[in-house]
Amino acid sequence: MDMHVYEVFQQQKEGGALVHSGNIQAPDDRLAIHYARELYGRRGESVRLWVIPRDHVLELTDPDLLKPPFDRSYRSVEGYRLRDKLASVRAAREGS
Amino acid sequence: MAVETEATIEERTQAFRDHVTSGGKVEMTDWMPDEYRRSVLKFIEMHANSEIMGVLPEREWINRAPSVRRKLALTSKVQDEVGHGQLLYRLAEDLGKPREQMLEDLMAGRTKFHNVFHYPTHTWADVGIIAWLVDAAAILSQKALLTCSYAPYARTMQKICWEESFHIKHGYDIVLSMMNGTEEQRAMVQEALDRWWGPLMQFHGPPTPVEKDKDLAWRIKSKGNEQLRQEFLSMYVPRILDLGLSIPDPNLRYDEETGRWQYTEPSWEELRSVVTGHGPRSQERLAFRRLNYDQGEWVRQAVMTAS
Repeated sequence: MDMHVYEVFQQQKEGGALVHSGNIQAPDDRLAIHYARELYGRRGESVRLWVIPRDHVLELTDPDLLKPPFDRSYRSVEGYRLRDKLASVRAAREGS
Repeated sequence: MAVETEATIEERTQAFRDHVTSGGKVEMTDWMPDEYRRSVLKFIEMHANSEIMGVLPEREWINRAPSVRRKLALTSKVQDEVGHGQLLYRLAEDLGKPREQMLEDLMAGRTKFHNVFHYPTHTWADVGIIAWLVDAAAILSQKALLTCSYAPYARTMQKICWEESFHIKHGYDIVLSMMNGTEEQRAMVQEALDRWWGPLMQFHGPPTPVEKDKDLAWRIKSKGNEQLRQEFLSMYVPRILDLGLSIPDPNLRYDEETGRWQYTEPSWEELRSVVTGHGPRSQERLAFRRLNYDQGEWVRQAVMTAS
């Protein structure tokens, strides 16, 4: 058997995010769980651990996909400036 | 990091250098220059070695701890340090060096570990001084790694620093208990401090000009050796004196004008000699590490065949 790398995600309190905390090396899933507990849970600092074979992690870092150089302001709160439009509506209403 | 595929190695290296010097982070799967990879790897490997060698002086005291609670705490500390070794060797493996090779290099004396773990321990007071002051000196270096440009290392340091803070407090507790004890116990603490002061002052290494420190240039670490030593003195000299202990350096004083601590020049010759395997316990500890490695072989075999 070969050793495999497992990525460990830790939830520190109920309802919290599962945050990546590091990785371990183990020959199989059963020992991976055991090692993860020893390294990331021996002080009661976790309520849940996700132990995931690194081979199963798909990574995307391509900036062309993640940070495309186009204007995406139409998708965001910041893309809409309402103050002047609202003021203009109010002015029109008061003027009528 | 966005890098043009057409760029030459020199251009990519320069872009990488600009990235890290402006506070940018590097992940395991990012491209990095070989020199950076080697530097981070060497740094982490030495740290990992120090964690697993650092437990050897302490393990000598597990069976001699003065109470069950002390025995449990010391065992936990040893377990923590070995755990840190595990985490750090994993990081180093991801940078390309197999674990077996790192352990072989350590045991053959080809790679280093911290100077303080090459010395003997004489009494229970040494255990207190090591856990309090050696760990305090170490945590200052480690906190300076929280901003390391190699992000997986920086993240691992958060966990390590959190656990080290227990070690320091436990060490302080041991020292305070003894200082509240008999004359003989207080003398034991003073003697331990006298023994460890030299190695403690050498711990952060000789003052190196910032421009010559490659690890600083790559933002692997964020503080120079002398800065860390000054921080250590500022934090711990008042705490040591507060207990009625005296520091075995007649030249030690805080210079108000320069805002710096003055002290007797540590023996850099001793530091160099000790970390290259000529310390009072260097060879004995390496032999013990080898013995345990060999005796644990059947466990590693069993784990691999059972799975």
